[in-house]
Amino acid sequence: MSSLLKGIAASNGIAIAKAYRLVEPDLTVKQKEVNDREQEVSRFEEAIQTAKKELEAIRDRAKEELGEDKAAIFEAHLLVLSDPEFLNPVKDRVQSSGVNAEFAMKETADQFVQMFEQMENDYMKERASDIKDVTKRVIARLLSVELPNPSMIAEEVVIIGEDLTPSDTAQLNKEFVKGFTTNIGGRTSHSAIMARSLEIPAVVGTKTVTSEVENGDVIIVDGIEGEVYINPTAEVLKAYEAKQTEWDSKKAEWAKLVNEPSVTKDDYEVELVANIGTPKDLDGVKENGGEGVGLYRTEFLYMGREELPSEDEQFEAYKAVLSGLTGKPVVVRTLDIGGDKELPYLHLPEEMNPFLGFRAIRLCLEEQTIFRTQLRALLRASTYGNLKIMFPMIATLEEFRQAKAMLEEEKAGLQKAGVEVAEGIEVGIMVEIPSTAVIADQFAKEVDFFSIGTNDLIQYTLAADRMNERVSYLYQPYHPAILNLVNRVIEAAHKEGKWAGMCGEMAGDITAIPILLGLGLDEFSMSATSILRARSFIRGVKRSDMQAIAQEALTLGTADEVEKLVEQRLK
Amino acid sequence: MAEKTFTIIAETGLHARPATLLVQAASKFDSEINLEYKGKKVNLKSIMGVMSLGVGKDAQITISAEGSDQDEALHTLDETLKKEGLAE
Repeated sequence: MSSLLKGIAASNGIAIAKAYRLVEPDLTVKQKEVNDREQEVSRFEEAIQTAKKELEAIRDRAKEELGEDKAAIFEAHLLVLSDPEFLNPVKDRVQSSGVNAEFAMKETADQFVQMFEQMENDYMKERASDIKDVTKRVIARLLSVELPNPSMIAEEVVIIGEDLTPSDTAQLNKEFVKGFTTNIGGRTSHSAIMARSLEIPAVVGTKTVTSEVENGDVIIVDGIEGEVYINPTAEVLKAYEAKQTEWDSKKAEWAKLVNEPSVTKDDYEVELVANIGTPKDLDGVKENGGEGVGLYRTEFLYMGREELPSEDEQFEAYKAVLSGLTGKPVVVRTLDIGGDKELPYLHLPEEMNPFLGFRAIRLCLEEQTIFRTQLRALLRASTYGNLKIMFPMIATLEEFRQAKAMLEEEKAGLQKAGVEVAEGIEVGIMVEIPSTAVIADQFAKEVDFFSIGTNDLIQYTLAADRMNERVSYLYQPYHPAILNLVNRVIEAAHKEGKWAGMCGEMAGDITAIPILLGLGLDEFSMSATSILRARSFIRGVKRSDMQAIAQEALTLGTADEVEKLVEQRLK
Repeated sequence: MAEKTFTIIAETGLHARPATLLVQAASKFDSEINLEYKGKKVNLKSIMGVMSLGVGKDAQITISAEGSDQDEALHTLDETLKKEGLAE
C-alpha cells in the first residue's frame, strides 16, 4: 500500500531507493526452563559461532573502508566471543540450573558489565559498552531476530531509523546510502547536520516512519518539501523521477557560480562561507564555492573516541584546514561540548537542563587544561593560514575577557619558547545568548567580530528546548524578536568598525537571506551545500530592495507575517 | 611450570590493542596460562580477565604457563611483549 508521511526537510534533494531499517529489534530476554541441557549448550555454541562470523565480516569490511585503526574495536569484540572466562560461566549456568542460554548469557554479561562500570579507570568503564554490544549480537542470534549491520549495506538504500547517532552515521557508506528519514529530530539535530555535510537528502521528525516501513519497501525522500512516500504509485514515482532530474539540472546551473563573487545587482558584496566539522569537509567547501569557513566545529575532534585529543593531533587538524584553504578566512570555534553533545570520557554529571548548564566556554574556563591545550594547538597552527578564533556561549563580558587572557598567556608562552605565532589573529564571540545580543554595543568595543549562532539564540530567546518535539513550533527563525536582536548585533558591530556574521542554520535559509542581506550582515556561514543556491539568489536581487523588506520586517508582530512579507515582495 | 616477570613500559598499559595481542598469542597454546598482577591471577586467554586487572605503565606482571607446550608459550609471549614495545 502506498502512503505519505510529512516531516521536517533536513537536507535538500530527492532520493529514491529501497528501505533499510536501522532499528534495534526487541531483545527482551525471558527466563525459561529447558529440557535438554546439552542441546541448549550446543545451541549457545552455534550462536557464538554465527556471531563470530558476522563480526569477522564486519571487521574485514571496516578494515577496507575505515582502516586498521577503526577495525581494532571489532578485533576486541571477537576476543570477547572466545573468552573462556565469559563463555564457560554461561554454559555452566545452563548445565547446572537448566535455564535457557539467552537468559544465562544476559545474567553473566550483566555481571561483567557491572564490574567494568565500577572500575576507576575511564578506559575500563568504556569496555562495559563493548560487552553490551557483543552480548546483543549473540542474544539476537539466540532469539532468531535480525540485528541491523549498517556497515554491511551493499546496495542503494534509504535508511529508516528512530534517530541517527554519530556512531551510526560513521558506519554508513555514502556510496550506497542515498538518503535517510527518522522519527525524531529537527533541522539542527545531529542527524540533519550530518545529512547536509554528506550531501544526502533527509527528512527528519516524521514521528512514525519506523513503524510504517518494512525492509525493502520503495521509499522516496523529498528533502526539499519534507515528505516521505512509502511504496509510491507508478504515477508518483514517475513525477519524482522528473523532479529529481529537475533538481539535478538546477544544481548544475548553480554549479556555474562556484568561482563567482556573492554580489547583488547593485554591487553590494557579502561573504558566503561554510560550516565544517573536520578537515575532510574541505572538499565540499571548495566544490561548492565557499569563500572560507565561518564555523569550524572543533568538538568533532573530541567525539567518538576514548580520551582527549593531544595538542599535536589538534595542531595537525587545524593546520590541515588552514593550509587547505590557502589564506581564506577560517573561523575556528573553541570546544563547544555539553547540551546535546556529550563526551562520555569527561564523566560530566547529568543535568536537568543541559542547554542551560555546564557547557562550552563555561566548561573551558573551568577545565583549563583542556582549553589551554586547544588554544596552543590553534596558535601553533596560526601561521598556516588566516585563522580567526571564536568563543562559544559567551554570556558575560567577563567570560570573554578571561578566555582572551588565557589566549594571550598561551601566546606569550609559545613565543617565549621560540614558537612562531601569527600576528593580529582576530578574536570574536558567538552571539547565541540574548544577554549578549542585548549589550552587543558593549561587546563590540572589545571583540574583533560577532558570529550569530541562531540555533541556540532562537531556543534561548523563545525559551523553547530545540530537542523537544512538542515545542518545536516555537523554533521560529523569523520571529520579529530574533530579527530585532540580529539587527542590534549587526548595528553594534558596524558602529565599532567590526564585522558581523551568522553561523546558524538561518544564514542559509532562503527566506531569511533577503532580510539578513537588508540588515547588513557581512558574512553568511552555512552548510557547504547551501552556498551556491544562496549565491544564485543574492546575485539576482538588489540590496536596496532587501533593505526595504528588512526594515518592514522589524516592525511586524509575528513570524508568519514576516514570512508572508518576504514571499510577497520577492514574487 | 614456566614463569617470567616483566615490567610494562607501554604508555597505555595493557589496554585495548596490547591486551588483544597478548590474549590472541596465548590462545594459540594448550597450556594453562596465567597473568598475575598485584596478587591477582587471571587466565591470560581471557580478554576480560586481562582488562579487569587494569595493568598500567610501570606495572610488574608475572606470566606463568603450565602444560605440554609451556616453554614455547612463554617464549612466544615474551617475544610478543618485547616486539610490540609493551614490556621489558
